[in-house]
Amino acid sequence: MRQRLEPNRREFLKNCAAGAILVGGTHRLPAFFSAREKTRVVNARDPLLRGAGSSLDSGRLLKMLDRAVQALYGTDSPLEAWKKVARPGEVVGLKVNGLAGRGISTSVLLVEVVCARLQDAGIPQKDIIIWDRLNADLERAGFRVATRQDHMRCFGNDMLGYEEDLAIYGSVGSCLSRTLTQACDAVINLPVLKDHGIAGVTMALKNMFGAIHNPNKYHLNIGDPYVADVNMLPPIRQKVRLHICDATTAQYEGGPSHMPQWTWPCNSLLMSRDPVALDYTGWQILEQKRAEKAMKSLRALGRAPDYIATAADANHRLGTNDPSQIEQVEV
Amino acid sequence: MSKTLHTRKGETRLSPEAVCRAQDVNDALPSDSVLTSLSSLGATEHDRRTFLKLAGVPCLTACVGSCMAGWPSLALGAGSAPEEDSRFIVEAQFYEKLPYKKTRCKLCPRECVIDDRERGYCGVRENRGGIYYSLVYSRVCAAHIDPIEKKPLFHFSPGSLAFSVATAGCNVNCKFCQNWDISQSRPEQVRSTYLPPKELANLAQQSRCPAIAYTYSEPVVFYEYMRDAAEAGHALGIKSVVVSGGFIQQDPLKKLCQGVDAIKVDLKAFSEKYYKEVVNGELKPVLEAIVTMRKLGMWTELVYLVVPTLNDSDAEFRALAQWVKSNLGAEVPLHFSRFYPQYLVKNLPPTPLETLERAKAIADAEGLHYVYLGNTPGNAAENTYCPKCRRVVIERIGFTVKEMHLRKGKCEYCQQPIAGVWQ
Repeated sequence: MRQRLEPNRREFLKNCAAGAILVGGTHRLPAFFSAREKTRVVNARDPLLRGAGSSLDSGRLLKMLDRAVQALYGTDSPLEAWKKVARPGEVVGLKVNGLAGRGISTSVLLVEVVCARLQDAGIPQKDIIIWDRLNADLERAGFRVATRQDHMRCFGNDMLGYEEDLAIYGSVGSCLSRTLTQACDAVINLPVLKDHGIAGVTMALKNMFGAIHNPNKYHLNIGDPYVADVNMLPPIRQKVRLHICDATTAQYEGGPSHMPQWTWPCNSLLMSRDPVALDYTGWQILEQKRAEKAMKSLRALGRAPDYIATAADANHRLGTNDPSQIEQVEV
Repeated sequence: MSKTLHTRKGETRLSPEAVCRAQDVNDALPSDSVLTSLSSLGATEHDRRTFLKLAGVPCLTACVGSCMAGWPSLALGAGSAPEEDSRFIVEAQFYEKLPYKKTRCKLCPRECVIDDRERGYCGVRENRGGIYYSLVYSRVCAAHIDPIEKKPLFHFSPGSLAFSVATAGCNVNCKFCQNWDISQSRPEQVRSTYLPPKELANLAQQSRCPAIAYTYSEPVVFYEYMRDAAEAGHALGIKSVVVSGGFIQQDPLKKLCQGVDAIKVDLKAFSEKYYKEVVNGELKPVLEAIVTMRKLGMWTELVYLVVPTLNDSDAEFRALAQWVKSNLGAEVPLHFSRFYPQYLVKNLPPTPLETLERAKAIADAEGLHYVYLGNTPGNAAENTYCPKCRRVVIERIGFTVKEMHLRKGKCEYCQQPIAGVWQ
């Protein structure tokens, strides 16, 4: 198969029509959004994802992922899309979220299908690192810590530690994970769609708290502006290329801990290159679920995630939270 | 020169010979500390080179079959993370249990509500299954012998030494913190040693230190350890002094005051705005805590770090001095200390000496008896003057006491009692 990194004419026109973000390049940052372009958030769903039982069907999950990535990048095949995410020779980090354990963490199966597609796109196993804050978090979420360099690796920040120098933006001064700064060339962010008792919600933007040494300092004021400021730190802005929010199981109350009574089989994946648009979209899904359950909105409870709007403001420009600028694609 | 004595990987043992003295700014962590924690924000046990070596080590846990045939398995099988050192973990003394395994910390006024597996703002207390734990009991990341004047405590056993210890963590986040490397880190991010209370007290005794100082970071966050160490120290005749921001609830404070001998409070400013924007804390509970300390008879000294343009107005100095006099008494020492740019405040210059002198002049005029300037070696305002005859009763150069003219707590010249703890 011919390998291309640049979009062909048909894709280019498609992207232009859709207001996609990839025009003219493969690894642009969200800061390149212009006022006239819409940002795309893909919601891939499969009501039969779990088949008859409660566990995910790997084949259907893979198909969901394929549909999502094709729709996001406007390509004819998933392989073409994945080749735009990372190039052979780059080390790709998969930032998962394992804090809450197996019930409401990034699904191991989802990570496996992402890894499979990366390998299909020419990224060898040895150039894939699955990471989170702590080895213990990863293990609680069902991952297996692995450090052999000739294999796929999986470890927490406690393995490589943190940079000694502070990275500073706005309200934030933090030491960044060396996994992010030294080990990875590109990052795919794999958060979970869930409620957060302090920050309102936790998805793409908040998941980057796992890349700093002092996240406990940044939950004040419902995480605003801290969450946005953390995402402004250059290694995060420059290396995170894709956000895939695991909404196979989602939680609308009681997070970030796993509260089975407030989870539901959402059976979907949210995918975007814009973390702000993704978080805004995910927030609305959680609010909708809360309304269905006759629960108060996060705004009414005083924990609306206003850091999402801050991330979109003129000082941050990490993406858009303007619904009129978000193209929601359901596949 | 390194003063560490390594015994096993990731752990350091202390001995009296291993410690040394340093001259530095007030209560900064010395660069030649027993535990060189300042450079240890890297991996706790593995630096990058070590990790690369580890790459040759087989995976730590067994592999279970992959859900996707032919693909590498990521799923966890048998085995688990290396065991955590349980010696450092004790149940917290001040918290309440909430529904759904949440906890509310009742140690500091922040009252963090913490989900299972989450930590409080301090980063050293964690909810595990609805039980709240301190992760820093006996987990010392800095230890050093300092002159007591470095705390600074000028009216408490002058010229003596304090065996000074800290753990990681702090319940505020001052943008000018000089010890942010440890105060703003989690315990697993800094190199630590196991130093249980009795061993700490023994070390202080062997080092001929009449006091243990809990300092450098924020002792409130290692409260349980501090209280037990103070008790162990008292059993050997060793006093305990606390260097704190004073951001603590009343109940734990009152219990603490039963077991320690002096508290120096860093009063960061005299405005809520500054506390909110620069400290990430609150002024009111700090003032209430200081009043309680005094009511309980605790020897208390105050330090006010003067940061140019942020807390250096005449009005603020005056309001502070008036509050001290009317709520604590004129005999409470007040140290105006010089700021040096660091951590997140590097865009401001060091405090001009004239600013410090202006602050002192205002506090003197308001009637405070013992107003000092700090981080100004050689300045005459480092000396203690008799409030009656105005002669020098304790002459200092930096943290060194050069001469003392006190007899049984009184001015040698005019017999005026000088407030303090002199034995």
